[in-house]
Amino acid sequence: MLTFTAPTLSYFLLSPILVVLGGALLGVFAEAVLSRESRPSAQLTITLSTLVLALVQVWRIRDESSLSAAMGSVAIDGPAVLLQASVLILAIFSVFLIADQGSFTAMAAAIPGSPEEKESLQRGEKLTEVYPLTLFAVAGMLLFPVATDLLTLFVALEVLSLPLYLMAGLSRRRRLLSQEAALKYFLLGAFSSAFFLFGAAFLYGYSGGLTLSSIYDAVIGGTANSVFLLIGISFLSVGLLFKVGAVPFHAWTPDVYQGAPTPVTAFMAAATKVAAFGAMLRIFYTAFANAYWDWRPFLTVIAIITMAFGSLVAIAQRDIKRMLAYSSIAHAGFLITGVLALNKAGLDATIFYLFAYGIATVGTFGIVTLVRDSSGEVTDLNRWAGLGKRSPFIATAFATFLLAFAGIPLTSGFIGKFTIFSAAYEGGNKGVVVVGVLSSAIAAYFYIRVIVLMFFTDPEEDGTVVVIPSVLTRITIIATFAITIFLGVFPTPLLNFITSMATFIR
Amino acid sequence: MNPANYLYVSAMLFTIGAIGVVVRRNAIVVFMCIELMLNAANLAFVTFARINGNLDGQVMAFFTMVVAACEVVVGLAIIVTIYRSRRSASVDDASLLRR
Repeated sequence: MLTFTAPTLSYFLLSPILVVLGGALLGVFAEAVLSRESRPSAQLTITLSTLVLALVQVWRIRDESSLSAAMGSVAIDGPAVLLQASVLILAIFSVFLIADQGSFTAMAAAIPGSPEEKESLQRGEKLTEVYPLTLFAVAGMLLFPVATDLLTLFVALEVLSLPLYLMAGLSRRRRLLSQEAALKYFLLGAFSSAFFLFGAAFLYGYSGGLTLSSIYDAVIGGTANSVFLLIGISFLSVGLLFKVGAVPFHAWTPDVYQGAPTPVTAFMAAATKVAAFGAMLRIFYTAFANAYWDWRPFLTVIAIITMAFGSLVAIAQRDIKRMLAYSSIAHAGFLITGVLALNKAGLDATIFYLFAYGIATVGTFGIVTLVRDSSGEVTDLNRWAGLGKRSPFIATAFATFLLAFAGIPLTSGFIGKFTIFSAAYEGGNKGVVVVGVLSSAIAAYFYIRVIVLMFFTDPEEDGTVVVIPSVLTRITIIATFAITIFLGVFPTPLLNFITSMATFIR
Repeated sequence: MNPANYLYVSAMLFTIGAIGVVVRRNAIVVFMCIELMLNAANLAFVTFARINGNLDGQVMAFFTMVVAACEVVVGLAIIVTIYRSRRSASVDDASLLRR
């Protein structure tokens, strides 16, 4: 007789994810019942309180360590808590930017330039669907780095991706460009999840189970068919490397970063990277740790070409959002060196780097939303000339973020790069470290070019202005600026905290 | 019949799908090719479930179907929107974003 055993879930350990999902459903409900006028403030309240509550829950589970939160499908351990907290903090700052609403169309379904669209804009309608979509994406991002079986990983990957595809198409100005970005992101994203799934199928075939620990055991046992393991690792890696935007799977990054509304770009550049690298760390550090001879060489090559390509191509960009996209590709390369290190130092450094980079990214895109002319955001680099004379604080903050990206001392980026490269060196990857340092030097050139353009060039009277930020955007910029400097000057408390927390359980 | 043959079929379906994504120009056809790839993965899962003698792979196949259905909802919404604004669903026409 078939007996059915009910699954046991530890709701306390899963509470951050469940809170966010609950908040998202509440948002959908609010969308249906509330009047159009009351929706923006209600949705913002729901979203922010959900994220803060989830962050409180993450804090409460910080000392837990359990593999059985959801029948062996979710692991709650130190890295899980750190990554979830990073995702939530970055999401809160991104929601502050999203709340500014100036970047979003009022009616996403209307044809660009149609009477319906004009009318909805004239009535001053606000797009509020973006808040529940953000929460669903955040729920996926919280689940992705803690998932310990292939099924949960795949579902989390899709839950985080599907809302992002839609959010990329919501830009108010240059609607066609934005829709095109959504299409490209969707087609390439779905393509890569097919690779991820096919890889998962072969890993299942290899190990006979879906959990990461069964793969680990099968690698140790060494009796299973290793061809399946190789196919599985390579296809699964393609899916993951696509999400983090590593060369040669980066083709979507510049287009989507440029076409998507800038607050959404900030959200996906920062939070998606944390989630995807979190999952990558967990998979490579737990499931594939003992098969490192099989994946290290090819991941080394990917890291080297990603760092070099991102830094070199960024030099040629004339558009600030495309430049930042290529810079994010280069940073994906730096982060892969942390995965390659395959030691405790590499794990700590990657988590620190992810947080520091995410904070600086949100701040950078927050400032990009402020530089506008009559037709919307100005992203042409030449028109940023003389920004330092127009509004010194904004330009100083932007320069700080760029210096953090370049890895100049006294910013969080320097500590991030230093720890990640020393971990890679310790792990025996000297070649990668050399390429990494060289591409950082190349990258510094185009960051500093922008700084020179902002401070040492005279402004032209072409209608470019820095608008007065709303309160929430101002909070975001000041907070990210302060964190970037603080982590550069006093990194020790956070580094020690990460070191004491970050150990994967198997 | 030897279950390995199903793996060959699955690999072939996956390759046909991947080639289709690369060479076809209509967004709907590209999307159908992606669905073909997902189904190839499903076939591999079910075959491995048979080889391994447990049900995990079959469960995974059910989840994949649900996820693929969600993907269709989002994907068709995006493709239909872009078709309404341009009267074309060709991925070549969507090239406003500079290289």
